[in-house]
Amino acid sequence: MAGDNVLHVSDAEFDEMVLKSDIPVLVDFWAAWCGPCQAIAPTVEELAGEFVGRIRVAKMNVDENPKTPGKYGIRAIPTLIVFKGGQVAEQITGAVAKSQIVGALDKVL
Amino acid sequence: MTAGLYAARARLNTRLMEKISPGGQVLTTDWVDNYPGFPEGVSGFELVDRMRKQAERFGLEIVRGEVTRLSREDDWILVHMTESTLRTRAVIVATGTIPVKLGIPGEIEYTGKGVSYCATCDGPFYRGVEVAVVGGGDTAVEEALYLTRFASKVHLFHRRDQLRATGILREAVTTHPKIQIHWSTVLTEIHADDRKLVRGVTHLDLKTGQTGQLPVEGVFLFVGQTPTTSFLQGFLELAPGGYVDTDLEMATVQPGVWAAGDVRSKVLRQIVTAAGDGATAAFNAEKYIETRFGYSHAPKTTGAPAGVAS
Ligand SMILES: Cc1cc2nc3c(=O)[nH]c(=O)nc-3n(C[C@H](O)[C@H](O)[C@H](O)COP(=O)(O)OP(=O)(O)OC[C@H]3O[C@@H](n4cnc5c(N)ncnc54)[C@H](O)[C@@H]3O)c2cc1C
Repeated sequence: MAGDNVLHVSDAEFDEMVLKSDIPVLVDFWAAWCGPCQAIAPTVEELAGEFVGRIRVAKMNVDENPKTPGKYGIRAIPTLIVFKGGQVAEQITGAVAKSQIVGALDKVL
Repeated sequence: MTAGLYAARARLNTRLMEKISPGGQVLTTDWVDNYPGFPEGVSGFELVDRMRKQAERFGLEIVRGEVTRLSREDDWILVHMTESTLRTRAVIVATGTIPVKLGIPGEIEYTGKGVSYCATCDGPFYRGVEVAVVGGGDTAVEEALYLTRFASKVHLFHRRDQLRATGILREAVTTHPKIQIHWSTVLTEIHADDRKLVRGVTHLDLKTGQTGQLPVEGVFLFVGQTPTTSFLQGFLELAPGGYVDTDLEMATVQPGVWAAGDVRSKVLRQIVTAAGDGATAAFNAEKYIETRFGYSHAPKTTGAPAGVAS
């Protein structure tokens, strides 16, 4: 379950909510069948709280939304991408420690 | 995790430090068929969830954080983490292993773009396309079989001319219509297109010296695991390969430090053996704390075992 600070974004909303966002957006590409995705979900939620106002945090279910993952060549989940000004600024694949995600976020800020 | 369960149930003030998420490698396992008590098998995720809930029922405290170093201060052991340090009487190291890298061009560059170490996570991205699997042990063979659910064809590359995997798996993989085994053959390079998505591999037949190319879109690497022990350097002398040596009671050469699970030097690295190690380690840590420091089973004593992960 996503916390209050986490958006759920679909293919249709991606442009508006992620690419056109005025602040950087961390998108967590996930699926229900993926263990490591469940593993990092709590971290992603925590980060949404800690970076509120500075970074938007969104989750995209790759089963329900095949277009966006296809466009960005995502072939592994979890994949975390930080979008800044509509561009891919940072990308992390696999369940990693929180410090590594924080490092990526700090870089784009 | 089992060490944490036993220690917490023994009413020691126990903390489990985990850098990603409790459950470790089991989270990347689709289906566990050989853990006793589950006649139909159980998904890795569910098994982990059940273990965690059981341990938490006994009061195990799970802390998210990465242990960067251990040190000793008289009879105390200091567990250094990225943001804090814990002082404890006993530590159980259960940091497991991570996949070995093959070390060929394209591997690191295209990880997540076609190169994968987890079929359960990434298999469904390869519906109807050809993939390569590298390795010859149980994991490689299991994952090759799993990938046949999605891929149109699975090429299994093995550097020897016979598989190390157990009999039942060996039979399944050699007779599977979607799996082609390339014996005595290694990958030498992974290729990608201009979007950096994997499009093929170059392989080398070790017997004939012939090379060839295959148009696979996924490359799954299962060439072994390496122990997560770099944080122990300078504190514990490690066995060749980086594993931690223990005696039959899971004790390391450092008083107050035990090891359990895949991180130990041992023959069979499985969930059931890791759980067994964890129970033994926690039991001995409890005895040690009681006899050496005279703490009885009172909760909230300062300094109890800190089960480092799982
Ligand atoms: C694909 C695959 C399939 C498998 N299938 C089976 C199967 O069907 N049946 C079976 O019995 N076994 C199976 N295994 C083996 C089984 O997963 C392992 O034997 C078992 O997970 C070992 O448990 P462990 O607790 O020792 O280590 P791990 O599961 O590796 O857990 C170690 C934990 O420690 C954490 N950690 C590491 N370093 C630190 C640090 N410095 N600070 C904090 N935390 C840290 C890690 O994040 C991890 O969560 C499989 C393994 C793989 C890879």
